[in-house]
Amino acid sequence: MTSELETAANPEKLKRIVIEPVTRVEGHGKVTLLLDEDNRVQQARFHIVEFRGFEKFIQGRPYTEVPVLVQRLCGICPVSHNLAASKAMDVIVGAAPPPAADKLRRLMHMGQMLQSHALHFFHLSSPDLLFGFDAEVGKRNIAGLAMQFPDIARQGVGLRKFGQEVIRMTSGKRVHGTGVIPGGMSKNLSREDRDWLLAEIDQVVRWSQQAVNLIKRLYGEHKDFYNNFGYYRSSFMSLVREDGAMDLYHGNLRAIDDKGQTIFDHVDYSHYGDYIHEEVKSWSYMKFPFIRSQGREEGWYRVGPLARVNNCDFIPTPLAEAERKIFKEYDGGRASHATLSFHWARMIEMLHSAEAIRELLHDDDLLSDDLVNIGERQLRGVGVIEAPRGTLIHHYRINEDEQIVRANLIVATTHNNQAMNEAIRQVSLQYLDGQQLTEGLLNYIEVAIRAFDPCLSCATHALGKMPLEVELVDAEGARVKRIIKDSDGGYRA
Amino acid sequence: MADEKPKIRIATCSLAGCFGCHTSLLDIDERLFDLMEMVEFDRTPFTDIKHCGPCDIGIVEGGVSNAENARVLKEFRENCNVLVAIGSCAITGNVPALRNNIDLWDCFQEVYLYDSGTEGKQIPNDPELPLPFDKVYPIYEVVKVDYFLHGCPPPADAIWRFLTALIQGREPEIGYESLRYD
Repeated sequence: MTSELETAANPEKLKRIVIEPVTRVEGHGKVTLLLDEDNRVQQARFHIVEFRGFEKFIQGRPYTEVPVLVQRLCGICPVSHNLAASKAMDVIVGAAPPPAADKLRRLMHMGQMLQSHALHFFHLSSPDLLFGFDAEVGKRNIAGLAMQFPDIARQGVGLRKFGQEVIRMTSGKRVHGTGVIPGGMSKNLSREDRDWLLAEIDQVVRWSQQAVNLIKRLYGEHKDFYNNFGYYRSSFMSLVREDGAMDLYHGNLRAIDDKGQTIFDHVDYSHYGDYIHEEVKSWSYMKFPFIRSQGREEGWYRVGPLARVNNCDFIPTPLAEAERKIFKEYDGGRASHATLSFHWARMIEMLHSAEAIRELLHDDDLLSDDLVNIGERQLRGVGVIEAPRGTLIHHYRINEDEQIVRANLIVATTHNNQAMNEAIRQVSLQYLDGQQLTEGLLNYIEVAIRAFDPCLSCATHALGKMPLEVELVDAEGARVKRIIKDSDGGYRA
Repeated sequence: MADEKPKIRIATCSLAGCFGCHTSLLDIDERLFDLMEMVEFDRTPFTDIKHCGPCDIGIVEGGVSNAENARVLKEFRENCNVLVAIGSCAITGNVPALRNNIDLWDCFQEVYLYDSGTEGKQIPNDPELPLPFDKVYPIYEVVKVDYFLHGCPPPADAIWRFLTALIQGREPEIGYESLRYD
């Protein structure tokens, strides 16, 4: 356990190193390290510095607006928020979508998994893995990748394009579409669009398989390094289907501990609050969730591709299932805990998504017009989905006037908050402790964060007893006006 | 001869936005390779350059919600010859600005003090967290903006047409058919 690095005993006497912004991730993050005179790491923290207040400002808005509004939490995985909110709204309108709408949603979700996983692996993370963690800064990016590995870069762009086109064809737009509505879908898939997707899908499956092969090759070449980098053991949580299969769209909650023992299983996700609580810490705007039965100290866990591949009993598509078995054997049949295993598990999921799309495309239900069900109004709804980055929870209450009165969102990256902090502390101890810190070494910290593919846009944030200050500055930089608001609500100029 | 000219240098950042405009930029798909032939990237979320250096074009997504956003925005304005506000959040504040008519203190209490599943209730208050502003501001309220590209997000085709015109030294013309105001 590395939690002793959370808070240094005497921070005022230590050197402060800051990594800001954390790059090649989505959203805003910052890492601070405190070192003593011998460069021994005394404190390492990953801070979320962005505040939105979604849970507050959607109060009073009509529930039908919410699925489209909450997409604006995140432009990389808007479909996740759209679908999680819509699943909550299905409960509120009292109507499960008809089979055709359910399949269209699944198709959209698989398209999103594909594009998000491709974006993360090819555009953001692969430069670290292909060039080395401390390669020169100018090279560690998609342009460097295109220069040196043009085929890999083009496949990444092609995979992303296909996933984005699936989203566009089912929702009307590549980013922030409007296809999903409470109780169903607003449009079907046109025959023309389906034929285009069918013409492309075999190649997409092939490229996805090649991506799995690439990460396996990298693992094989640096086996010990990949296994040990930021290594620690943790609990894992994900949704699984009734029969234990991986299901990224719907299922029940399952959690296993660091020894592989079941903590809970087959949990109806609308009761998530009985199993998970969140802790607030003063130095981050993102809360720290934990499993209640394990307690605040020990109850943190990981979600996302690694959790899902470890937790499921099998993957219901053949190529991805074969890869899951290889992945499992690699760690002697047990769950894999290595930080960099996230990349491998993510590519297995990308392959599964491509295969699932191929299966769905042969179903004529996608062309059906039976798209919406109507039911009896409820006042509370919970929707949970496995977003690319992990379990995403949306929970709403409405009043008789159909306005939102309370909302609680636990986004995927929030579940991984403590785990990401553990990873950077582990890496600090392994590679930075006592060293002269170079830019390349500091990138090791970011590599550990990137493995989680965090989506920091969804983070929230707050202020304490400090006053709020607003400065109005003109185009020349001269101060025009300054207002300070104290926490008791008073203003002063 | 054209090869000897230094490449156009572009920086991009996301302030109080959702990254969707950057996603839409990547949605130019294969044309991304043509873009990388034409330009060099300075600070963007896709490179590891942490501070914006001298650039020809700066593209800003998102509004200004805290002191750090304001600092980054000023750094962009000082270093970029042409500054572009991309997407509704940079142009109007958009969805993040929905908190503007709510007391910020109430927002924080909702998230950190009232949620029933929260333990260790407190309002995060650490010097490492940037000072939040009471409102989310469009970027033109903080710095001078040269171009506004509308949409939530603007479609990839509009971004492509806009950028290629700027890079080739032409005044961008975006047809009504590719402008989106949603």
